Amino acid sequence: MTLNLRNITCARGDTVLCRGLNMKAARGEVVLVRGPNGSGKTSLLRLIAGLLRPAEGDVQWSSEDADPLSLMTHYLGHLDALKPALTVRETLEFWKDLLGGRDVQDAIEAWHLDALADLPCGILSAGQRRRVALARLDLAPRPLWLLDEPTGPLDDAGVALVENAVRRHCREGGIAIIATHRSLGLGETQAVDLSAKGQSQ
Amino acid sequence: MKPILALFLRDVRLSLRSGGGFGLSVGFFVLVAVLLPLGIGRDLVLLETLAPGLIWLAAALAALLSLDHLFQADLEDGSLDQFFFAGEPMELLILSKIAAHWVTTGLPLAIAAPLLALLLNLDPLHWPALLVSLLLGTPALSLIGAATAALTSGLRRGGLLLSLLALPLFVPTLIFGAAAANRGLGAPELLVCAGISLVALVLAPLAAHAALRLHVS
Repeated sequence: MTLNLRNITCARGDTVLCRGLNMKAARGEVVLVRGPNGSGKTSLLRLIAGLLRPAEGDVQWSSEDADPLSLMTHYLGHLDALKPALTVRETLEFWKDLLGGRDVQDAIEAWHLDALADLPCGILSAGQRRRVALARLDLAPRPLWLLDEPTGPLDDAGVALVENAVRRHCREGGIAIIATHRSLGLGETQAVDLSAKGQSQ
Repeated sequence: MKPILALFLRDVRLSLRSGGGFGLSVGFFVLVAVLLPLGIGRDLVLLETLAPGLIWLAAALAALLSLDHLFQADLEDGSLDQFFFAGEPMELLILSKIAAHWVTTGLPLAIAAPLLALLLNLDPLHWPALLVSLLLGTPALSLIGAATAALTSGLRRGGLLLSLLALPLFVPTLIFGAAAANRGLGAPELLVCAGISLVALVLAPLAAHAALRLHVS
């Protein structure tokens, strides 16, 4: 199971965010995507997810299963995809049915959402909302995680939960690609730095 | 199939809970029909002549009310991105959202229509045809409206633009729907209504998907 980015050029409008980017990630690897604001971290993740098309180059995914990349991927954007009117439990039940998955109670416990489970998402704080979004990762087992600033609004305990989840995911043979400014305690990781690659036309 | 059903149930639940869709549309529909006789006056014959057209027009306007946030809410909060990872064709997921829209607006409007027909002095003989024409025609309103809503969903305050784009597209449905309600159950216009809905059923999800793809990428 490998993800292979070959000679990727990513452009938004007339601005080229990265040119000739190569990246390879195999089972159990974490790739950190770094770069200043606006350097194209989110665009790169969306491109890998298939939500954006590269201007040049291609994203290759090879695995033992024949499933398409969209069924293998968890994309966690900087938007949490929560509905204010639904409770945390209802939200997770919906995602479970949408993305396929296991018991929501496990995810609720894993992300310390027990006390919030029956509250509507509309009254949660930013950090709590992020933890609900992250619980999606535990609902449906998918090998490729694309996380866009996952720790943004989280407190230290929340950051530790993310680090543990990523470590466990990689131990089980998954791949995690994380755009972040923080230094996460993840041990040995690859890094892609977008700061030098961008250029405007 | 599970993701499609889950999305349908979520949208129905959201619509019932937030009141923005379901209650608003039906309330608007009823209010228009209550206000019309007050505006037109006591001419019962005139009211009866106008009734099917007015009820259909009210239904078209009521359907518009809840259309503008059909895709916009999902686009703005990031839910739409998640739909791409469900492993189902986007067109089917879009169709399930449209179905939820119809169940929470078109269907209640059709059911409420006989009550409004009473207020507008429509002969009870015409009620079955009115009901059937709304049942067959309102899916077309939801479908055509949804394709338009997908196009305007990336815009702030796109609601007015949505009305300008969608209302002209409602014209055929409106003409044949009102005509069918006037002429009775055997009217060939009922078949045309059903035909418009069926064509929209095929084309609207494709158009909506293409439009949403533009907003997401």
